[in-house]
Amino acid sequence: MEISREGEALRISDLDPFLAELLRQIPLSANPEGVSGAEARLFIEPSREKEICSEWKSYVEPELRRLFRSATETVAADLAQLNGNEKSLRNRSLRIPFEHADAWLSALNQARLVIAEKYKFSDEELNDHDRSPIGSRRDLGLFQVNFYGFLQEFILREMEAH
Amino acid sequence: MSAVITVRLEKGSTSTVEAPVKETETRGEEELDLPWQVVVHNDPVNLMTYVTMVFQRVFGYPREKAERHMLEVHHKGRSILWCGVRERAEFYVQQLHGYLLLATLEKVV
Repeated sequence: MEISREGEALRISDLDPFLAELLRQIPLSANPEGVSGAEARLFIEPSREKEICSEWKSYVEPELRRLFRSATETVAADLAQLNGNEKSLRNRSLRIPFEHADAWLSALNQARLVIAEKYKFSDEELNDHDRSPIGSRRDLGLFQVNFYGFLQEFILREMEAH
Repeated sequence: MSAVITVRLEKGSTSTVEAPVKETETRGEEELDLPWQVVVHNDPVNLMTYVTMVFQRVFGYPREKAERHMLEVHHKGRSILWCGVRERAEFYVQQLHGYLLLATLEKVV
């Protein structure tokens, strides 16, 4: 896999089917439904004061839900470039316009937080970037968190340069 | 509080009018004086570079200051990013939640 800058966009090229599938999983992975603790992590209480929390739930939380959904929808639309059968996924590339960079950062972050909640990763696990090969769903989850984090880092660096 | 004011008009006649009632603030002294602080808490998932960028964007801090706060969050578990009136503090916390940071609003004690 290679990531490069191409005018007003980032291009991820030479994507093998496995990494392409991980990318396609971003919107699904960002969905907190059915993941214990994920909803509470994405929509945290802003204060210890009940009155503030109650107002927040009524007025701010719906706005945050819209914001997060809009980001994952933008990413899902970009990922449509990867649609196709398994064979055609080989060495595919993906173009991410810079104007979608914020949506990508948000969707990747949502996905990382939901996956981390799902498997309750410890700080040590999250900081272990030299983990042995994937042997379980939990290992795959950790790989996903790290892979999405790597993409975030790259997008941030390119945004700064841009 | 109300009062009656006597007004002397021309040719010696007089008239009375009700003085306007003064509205008084009923909020306690404590509420008026105590500022609110925006606190960001440590989260092992959010990347350090991402957190720094968010602080720069939300508060307009220069990179060095944003990094200092990010490191304080990382090493001490929390950092006070801003202090002031409640409305503004709520606005900042909302922005931070939009970036998925663990941020809360606390009254200074």
